[in-house]
Amino acid sequence: MNDFHDRLTKLVGHQCQAIEMKGGELVLHVALADIVSVLKAVRDDTELAVTQLSDLTAVDFPERPERFDVVYQMLSVNNNMRLRIITRADEGDIVPSVIGLFRSADWAEREVWDMFGIYFSGHPDMRRLLTDYGFEGHPLRKDFPLTGYVEVRYSDTERRVVYEPVHLNQEYRDFDFLSPWEGMQLPQVGDDSDTDEEQAGA
Amino acid sequence: MGEMQIRPLTLNFGPQHPAAHGVLRLVLEMDGEIIERADPHVGLLHRGTEKLIEHKTYLQALPYFDRLDYVSPMNQEHAWALAIEKAVGIEVPKRAQHIRVLYCEIGRILNHLLNLTTFAIDVGAMTPLLWGFEEREKLMEFYERASGARLHAAYFRPGGVHQDLPDGLTDDILAWTETFPDFIGDLETLLTDNRIFKQRTVDIGVMTTEEALDLGMTGPCLRSTGLAWDLRKSQPYDCYDEMDFDIPIGTTGDCYARYLVRVEEMRQSLRIMRQAIETMPDGPVLAENNKVTPPRRADMKHSMEALIHHFKLYTEGFHVPEGESYTAVEAPKGEFGVYLVSDGTNKPYRARLRAPGFFFMAAVDYLSRGHMLADSVAIIGSLDIVFGEIDR
Repeated sequence: MNDFHDRLTKLVGHQCQAIEMKGGELVLHVALADIVSVLKAVRDDTELAVTQLSDLTAVDFPERPERFDVVYQMLSVNNNMRLRIITRADEGDIVPSVIGLFRSADWAEREVWDMFGIYFSGHPDMRRLLTDYGFEGHPLRKDFPLTGYVEVRYSDTERRVVYEPVHLNQEYRDFDFLSPWEGMQLPQVGDDSDTDEEQAGA
Repeated sequence: MGEMQIRPLTLNFGPQHPAAHGVLRLVLEMDGEIIERADPHVGLLHRGTEKLIEHKTYLQALPYFDRLDYVSPMNQEHAWALAIEKAVGIEVPKRAQHIRVLYCEIGRILNHLLNLTTFAIDVGAMTPLLWGFEEREKLMEFYERASGARLHAAYFRPGGVHQDLPDGLTDDILAWTETFPDFIGDLETLLTDNRIFKQRTVDIGVMTTEEALDLGMTGPCLRSTGLAWDLRKSQPYDCYDEMDFDIPIGTTGDCYARYLVRVEEMRQSLRIMRQAIETMPDGPVLAENNKVTPPRRADMKHSMEALIHHFKLYTEGFHVPEGESYTAVEAPKGEFGVYLVSDGTNKPYRARLRAPGFFFMAAVDYLSRGHMLADSVAIIGSLDIVFGEIDR
């Protein structure tokens, strides 16, 4: 465990923005430009032997300047160690593909492109994966509504499946049960602890 | 007569083909009967589970896990429960751990029974399916007696399991584990030395350990290449570290090895089930921490505090501290992982579900190149593909 950590620091420490232990999990923060070289270094090192890319995904933080976290879950079978490599990318950024290093990145990158709209350069087949043919938008972005924009139905008159804008008989309700005492960020209407100006503004 | 140029044929396989195991559309580029390229089109069962989970409280998100790999529902719930327990930091009572391990192994047998028998029917053997579904029915009865539902159990909860097992259930499961080895024997007489079955599976879809790791293989598909990698042993969760069992491995990494590994895994699962029942202690089945787990119904009749807790938990839900974690379990198909990002509120900020089948499906192209058309069916069958978890 400590050997792994030390070896990692020695090998790629200079390329990492941070190496931290979070709840027993090893996390590396790497700049976008360094991601391929770091992944290659940990894969090719015989001591670390990080031979599997378990998963590749993204997380959307719309309020951040660099909007997305691209997350690589790595596994070293020899050392029985997991490693998480996180890099940040903005909406227009192009992330270098790691398909040349790990073939398991193939569909994972296609899914991230589909769901988040993060483009990977060097991927031979950057098509959408899970959504419908001709789908528009990137559903896992936080600004994409849960209901989506279009719905499909079979039209008897046209004798085919037709696409229409989503029509909800009842407005979508996002039940907000968040307690006013825990985890609140926005001021509540009628919250006496606020000043009068804030309440007037709200 | 000069050489004739034959136009490559594009063949559309599925999504209504019975050997497509659900809703797979496989576009095959063929040179005669040889597959040159396989392009799976997935997503026909995409329901947006990851997006839906972001809009639900932690407890409301749990039943979605039954609907991923619907062949072994509780194993998926286990990953979610463990992820929350890790983030909140609650201890699961020993009895609950044993019940969970017991039901995870029932789930494993459920899964392998379905996979092996449908695999057999894909390559031409009808009888195993008819026999296997009878055993599956018995197992689903055990599911039903514990949780009230045959498939969508929602039984594992953060902090333990929903209810204690009813009286006599463990005895019945124990009795079943005595009869099941005979069934495995019968199944093996039908398939293991069957000439047709071996002709269809031996040396088909071969991969080495390095290739398997590179392709993101986990579970029986990885073990069939000869690597003894099982998260129940290497990164044990709940009480798997107290259980005595072996990890079966294959040597050849072909479809036949994957079959053999799964058959032996069923026997090992029986061993774990027996141990889980025999060493199961008495005690609570849900952590007694009313900030996360609901109070018992009887308490709510007397205690105002219990009533308030119940109301708060089923409306607002519990809060998970800010942070991120990756939790993986050895689901019957392979490594099922949950990457949970929480922002301190009552709903997950992001939950990524790492499904083993997703990577198997991606590997179909690599594995089936150069094989005959009929072999693609054997490869898909042996990889153990369920679309609930691939499309999510």
